[in-house]
Amino acid sequence: MHDESTLLARLREGDEQAFEALIARHDGALRRVARTYLRTDAAVDDVVQETWLGVVRGLDRFEGRSSLRTWIFSILVNRARTRAVRDARSLPFSALEADGEPAVEPAAFAADGSWTSAPPRLDADPETGLLAGELRAQLLAAVDTLTRDQRAVITLRDLVGLTAAETCELLEITDGSQRVLLHRARARVRTVLRPIVEAQA
Amino acid sequence: MRRFLTRLRGRGGPDPLMCQEFVELVTDYLEGTLPPGDRARMDAHLADCDGCSGYLEDMQRLVGTLHETPETPPDMETRETLLRAFRDLRGDARDGP
Repeated sequence: MHDESTLLARLREGDEQAFEALIARHDGALRRVARTYLRTDAAVDDVVQETWLGVVRGLDRFEGRSSLRTWIFSILVNRARTRAVRDARSLPFSALEADGEPAVEPAAFAADGSWTSAPPRLDADPETGLLAGELRAQLLAAVDTLTRDQRAVITLRDLVGLTAAETCELLEITDGSQRVLLHRARARVRTVLRPIVEAQA
Repeated sequence: MRRFLTRLRGRGGPDPLMCQEFVELVTDYLEGTLPPGDRARMDAHLADCDGCSGYLEDMQRLVGTLHETPETPPDMETRETLLRAFRDLRGDARDGP
């Protein structure tokens, strides 16, 4: 990721290992984002495969105006949208979801809005500063519990690492909607992970 | 209106930003999209509130960990199909038209 021009050169030279690494890195995220637009696994399989073939065919045309991964995801979104329209199953992106679920359950707060007691913490690995291994293993499953719009945004922002602007452009949503979806997605993942911590305590 | 409220609150007394509001502003805080006044209110609240400091730290860890989370690789069959296509298509590209 850090050396995209080297990766691109290797791909253009036909380096299979480079392509295999690229697939391993992004295939899962492509599937998750494709599922935002498509209802069946078969359609997701088709669109993700078409995307990879599009990437391979388009490598020489790619001009580097965006990052390689942004380009790959833009191919995916275009194909997924086309397929959704063809299947007459277009799912509009519900920019502002109807449910205004709070980040933390209201019962955690006293009437004046302060914590009734300090919220339980997520286990962390003191060496890396990241979440502990047991929680790390649950992260993708926790992401899968989100609504499809939340899932698309958290995948592009936090798993793939696109910027807010790139994510808005890809999904054709406003910056405000993107932030609301990201906020609910992260809060929800924390809520899903928390019982795991409590169960271990 | 917001500025008026901030000024009113600024006239002494405890920081009126409460934990329940804090957790709803955490993403804006991390994204750096808060107006400076709100950011200052959050920083002031953080200095006094262990619960919210812990919550913020957990969210930062969560985001940092998501960035480091490897995706599930595709199954063998899919991988083989794609690699074959890569070999065929890129082979053609290298040989020229």
